[in-house]
Amino acid sequence: MNLNELTIKEAVEGLKNKKFSSVELTESCLKRIGQRNTEINAFISVNAEEALLDARTADILIGKKKAGTIAGIPFAVKDAICTVDLRSTGAAKILDNYIPPYEATVIRRLREAGGVVIGKNNCDAFGHGASNENSMYGAVRNPYDISKVAGGSSGGSAAAVSDNECIFSIAEDTGGSIRQPAAFCGVVGLRPSYGRNSRFGIMPMASSLDTVGPIAKSVEDIALLMEIMAGRDPKDATTVNEPVPLYSKEIEKNINGMKVGVPEEYFNVKGIDKEIIKATEKEIEKLRDLGCKIVPVSLPHTKYAIAAYYIIVPSEDSSNLARLDGVRYGERVKTKNLFDLYAKSRAIGFPEEVKRRILIGTYALSAGYYDAYYKKAQKVRTLIKNDFEEAFKKVDAIITPTTPSPAFGVGEMISDPLSMYLADAMVSPAAMAGVPALSVPAGMTKAGLPIGVQIIGARLNESAVLRIGYSLQK
Amino acid sequence: MAISLKEVRKIASLARLELTPEEEQRHAETISAVLDYMKVLNEVDTSRVEATEQVTGLTNIFREDEPVSGGNRNELIDEMPEVYAGELVVPGVFADEEEKI
Repeated sequence: MNLNELTIKEAVEGLKNKKFSSVELTESCLKRIGQRNTEINAFISVNAEEALLDARTADILIGKKKAGTIAGIPFAVKDAICTVDLRSTGAAKILDNYIPPYEATVIRRLREAGGVVIGKNNCDAFGHGASNENSMYGAVRNPYDISKVAGGSSGGSAAAVSDNECIFSIAEDTGGSIRQPAAFCGVVGLRPSYGRNSRFGIMPMASSLDTVGPIAKSVEDIALLMEIMAGRDPKDATTVNEPVPLYSKEIEKNINGMKVGVPEEYFNVKGIDKEIIKATEKEIEKLRDLGCKIVPVSLPHTKYAIAAYYIIVPSEDSSNLARLDGVRYGERVKTKNLFDLYAKSRAIGFPEEVKRRILIGTYALSAGYYDAYYKKAQKVRTLIKNDFEEAFKKVDAIITPTTPSPAFGVGEMISDPLSMYLADAMVSPAAMAGVPALSVPAGMTKAGLPIGVQIIGARLNESAVLRIGYSLQK
Repeated sequence: MAISLKEVRKIASLARLELTPEEEQRHAETISAVLDYMKVLNEVDTSRVEATEQVTGLTNIFREDEPVSGGNRNELIDEMPEVYAGELVVPGVFADEEEKI
């Protein structure tokens, strides 16, 4: 087995026992990126020199037994997350040369634990998309079949982990951007509860929904990363002041007797692939065999989630993206007056989908439309949230497919934004409710594409979600 | 169509976004389709429902008002597209005013 194929747990073990060094481990990932990036396009920037220096430092600290939990483990970061002194474009040309003067809190915590940043992952620009085709640095290809998309918006992160170009990646999930690409690429991805992980240093998209979480090869790895990442941050006032459980211990608890809900609304989504339903039912049977009680639940407002989500998101997007105007940082088109400076810098700096969202959001928030669109969507959001609260009175977790179909073809939906939005049908409701949700691999289609199932938990109950995911993966 | 070309031009101007005529046309079409889809929300009776603005339940997070270092001023200036004597340069606010520098 090549070093780059290891999980975090295996790599930490190997480093501790001196089977290999962090420099060797990092070199093996860099070599893989070198071989694959032209085809897969999972990285916008590669941090080779710095990564090798950090790996060397990690090796010294491991030798002195002063190393952190993930010392010497090379990982990647979605390019919409700021990394200090390392170019962060958000996959949009307006930030083509942007070098953040500060670091996202979660990345700082991971580096303090010894993690080595190997590069920045491609994504849909500012997280806008479900296919990674809205990147101004080209689409990301699915490692299982390069004619298919990797999913989005964190397509580069999922593809890089799946293709063993890094050991794990840190990404964002606003309405499915971690879970959907994780499902498409056959890896594990967690959207934590809103407020669990700090978003300081994340390029904001929809502030009332944005979360940051890990994509990795195993649920065990996700549990370990969450122990490092989670917890209150004074720089993000939405982070909750709740104790962070020892997730690595939590996942080892037996799931016998846990109640798992199955919502019919997720199984009769229009156009859902039969192979996906079958794969999900197989995982449900597995849970039954492990002693879980399977309970039918209802989430009646599921079918309204996409409509409400795609009002709230562009509205908050249009407001957040106003800061990208060519004035204080980023690309600037030289003009004679200020209005043109804004309008022209934004015209060349944003891809089509970002422009579309700014326009939809500006429209939905403009005088006379606010109540009909944004306010209405926020009210429907309440009903979606209530559905989950009711369900979690009866069950410990909910299981659903992650996506209605396996990875679709590159170019298949790019000219039809509404169809692309509907690809988020199963991942956006949990986001609207602010609850944690995990995607874990659940076999393959006959055509050889990965399938994912989603485990959704009550607010701040990442433990339940990870426990079930861990049992399914074992 | 749910949204006209004229409306697209108006919101693009409000959003400080220059669009080509082709873009205006495409956005009018795709945004109209999206807005049509949103009509599904009218099926839901929300007359007695409160809006959800956030899901944490947190209110009023206070901290001591103490001065802290805001970071490296020079690094922030390094990211500015145009600088003169350590200050950010922007063109005039009023139409067609010539750049001074």
